Amino acid sequence: MTAAEPVTLVVNGTEHEVVCDPDTPLLYVLRNDLGLVGAKFGCGLGLCGACNVLVDGHPVHSCDTPVWAVAGKQVTTVEGLGSDGRPHRLQETFVEEQALQCGYCTAGMLVTAAALLEREPDVDDAGVRRALDGNLCRCGSHNRIVRAVLGARPCGR
Amino acid sequence: MTNPSIQNNPRPDRWLTIRSDGVVLVRSGKVELGQGVLTALAQIVAEELDVDPSRISMVPAGTDQSPDESYTAGSMSVPHSGGALRAVCARVRALFVAEAAARLGVPAESLRVSDGAIGAPDGPGTSYWELADAVALDREIPDAVAKAPADYRIVGQDLPRLDLPDKVAGRRRFLHDLRPHGMLFGRVVRPPSRSAVLMSVDEDAARRMPGVVAVVRDGSFLGVVAEREEDALRAQAALRSACAWEEEDSLPSERDLAAFLTSAPAEETVLADTRGDGGAVAHPVRARFTRPYLAHASIAPSCGLALWDGDRLSVWSHTQGIYKLHASICRSQRLAAEQVVVQHVEGAGCYGHNAADDAAYDAVLLARAVPDRPVQVVWTREDELTWGPLGPAMVVDVEVDVDPAGQVQRWQHDVWSNGHASRPGPPGAPLLAATHVASAETALPAGDPPLQNGGGSGRNAVPLYDLPGQLVRTHRLTTMPLRTSAMRALGAHLNVYAIESVVDELAVLAGIDPVEYRLRMLTDERARAVLQAAAERAGWGDGTPGLGIGFARYKNRGAYCAVVAEVEAETHVRVRRLTIAVDVGLVVSPDGVVNQIEGGALQALSWTTKEQVRFDARTVTSRTWEDYPILTFSEVPPVDVVLLDRPDDASLGAGEASVGPTAAAIGNALYAATGLRVRALPLTPENVVAAMDD
Repeated sequence: MTAAEPVTLVVNGTEHEVVCDPDTPLLYVLRNDLGLVGAKFGCGLGLCGACNVLVDGHPVHSCDTPVWAVAGKQVTTVEGLGSDGRPHRLQETFVEEQALQCGYCTAGMLVTAAALLEREPDVDDAGVRRALDGNLCRCGSHNRIVRAVLGARPCGR
Repeated sequence: MTNPSIQNNPRPDRWLTIRSDGVVLVRSGKVELGQGVLTALAQIVAEELDVDPSRISMVPAGTDQSPDESYTAGSMSVPHSGGALRAVCARVRALFVAEAAARLGVPAESLRVSDGAIGAPDGPGTSYWELADAVALDREIPDAVAKAPADYRIVGQDLPRLDLPDKVAGRRRFLHDLRPHGMLFGRVVRPPSRSAVLMSVDEDAARRMPGVVAVVRDGSFLGVVAEREEDALRAQAALRSACAWEEEDSLPSERDLAAFLTSAPAEETVLADTRGDGGAVAHPVRARFTRPYLAHASIAPSCGLALWDGDRLSVWSHTQGIYKLHASICRSQRLAAEQVVVQHVEGAGCYGHNAADDAAYDAVLLARAVPDRPVQVVWTREDELTWGPLGPAMVVDVEVDVDPAGQVQRWQHDVWSNGHASRPGPPGAPLLAATHVASAETALPAGDPPLQNGGGSGRNAVPLYDLPGQLVRTHRLTTMPLRTSAMRALGAHLNVYAIESVVDELAVLAGIDPVEYRLRMLTDERARAVLQAAAERAGWGDGTPGLGIGFARYKNRGAYCAVVAEVEAETHVRVRRLTIAVDVGLVVSPDGVVNQIEGGALQALSWTTKEQVRFDARTVTSRTWEDYPILTFSEVPPVDVVLLDRPDDASLGAGEASVGPTAAAIGNALYAATGLRVRALPLTPENVVAAMDD
């Protein structure tokens, strides 16, 4: 444990300075200091994906990533997926497909899928499943989530 | 069917407020668990009142204002709360129309309601909103005839779920997300094993840590409250390493759980006895089925939030029963009912009695040390898996005698299980921390709801088939080494698995197609219809290998469901496809029903093929997602759901109907694919190999 000190990080395009132990998991800084509660605590061990955010475009478990590690990098949370007040296409297709029941895993699904579509816009069903295998859903909405991701591809369904 | 929701809350103002600004506030005592029930209830209200759904505002349940509808459980929310709201809205609508008729000087029969506007065609009009202050709802009002289903325009349509926009945007909606002013973070140090007693703890190091506001110890209950979440976690770890516990072995052998369950002291209940003299026996069939303890394994660990303000206590919880939790807290804290308010806030998916209530009570105990500051407690993943109530391990023995013609002469079904109900509310089912404090309350072994309420261990143990000579019994354990309680479908998971496996075996013995064999024993047209629909949609009989079927009517009086599974078994059992036909009576929200049926089926697939709570002599050892793996995306097969709409029949509930039939279909499909009857769940490679000796 180290003493609290100012830490600068860029989240959803905005620079923030928080005072905390730099070893604090990014998740707690996002939720408790920046008021961005979209990313969720699920296991604290990087095994469920509920806390996923994007760091320079890559999905990262924010529950076991210390905040010092993201200094100078671009952090994107579910709140920052859309732009100019418009939702990301995935946020629309998740509603259209009712691609969730409780929605606790949804933010992690959305950011992981957004990174996937950036990387692989023509991804197929099996590719979506592979990419989301680290994101757990207990309600059984998996097939709907896959449909929503496929539906958000530039080519559509 | 009697409806306790309306019987216990007959006054319409408990349910509805019609406001002059054109908004209808709806207070249901049922809570959103991720099943979409608030949207379905809003549809029923909009339909019966004839208002646009956008005018409906669903008020989250709280003990200061909501009708008491007991637990949100048992697939009863649309039947009970929906039924009550339908009746209340029909009465309120009639009252407003009568008032409008009196004011307008026209017969009530000439008036129509359209989005709250009341008037005659080409005549003068008024509205709910104009009359809102003139029509008194704070009294019992006469019954009125509800709309005919043929006139429905909103019920039966897919309305966008009310909670989805917040959830996809990441807005503050879950209890875990609340940050009321001045909130502190609480964490609990649980005992390291089930019967551990805290002998001593050096609290000083933790107290001196940055941000720590309070350390709370009461008997073996130990927790910390801190300004920042990471401070609380550090102090929790420091406290944990500063404890001296006295531990002893208290759990049975996981390896021979069936021997424990069938030999432990138990209370026997006969659920059905139609034994006669019996006839000639050609084929006795005897089979033992088992399932291990199962974990709820919701994606969020449980959470509670509490605030003490003088002698008043406010609690926020994702409980299934706000009034039951309220009663438990009042009793344990010796508070009068009016001193405590329990408010529901959504948590992650709830599949039965999980640790939500326990987390709420943790927050109550920790917040007591810091008056006027709200304290939020979030459980660790490990505590969630190891200390949350478990779905009971079970043994089912089935013995059947068949005559030379293949007809069943005698059917005996025995269930050994801990009870499936230890929900909070009554004495004897204390919240977890109340069993750890110095003046500990004693937890009685879990009970079972009576069969007329759906049963617990014996849920769906009585076959729906026309089988003579039945003897069906439950043996509920009167000792409880691991705390068990209600988990989706209760005993129906293994009971349906067992019945359907034996029926399948009998069909093979008789040389009759398994679907045809079932149809011969079913007279209920709705049961026959789902079996036929599932078989037809799945291509039953077209030569596809590895198909198996399972059927049940949930609780023998709820939804009808048949499932065809296609299984492939190499090193692992892999389900390639599920085809489901379901009849839930009147469908309020079609895609909502399909979502519930799919969800129930995939959860059952996960339980049936993968899940098993591990434990040693002292405690549960399934601590992480690596020790308790659940179904992943790559393992999820396509699920095709056929919805048989019965608009003129009562809604029967959807949340649990597909669980038993899905498990059974997978077991029977595994037999079709491999010739092996695997009767020990889960269907892991070890259990499949072990079945080769049978």
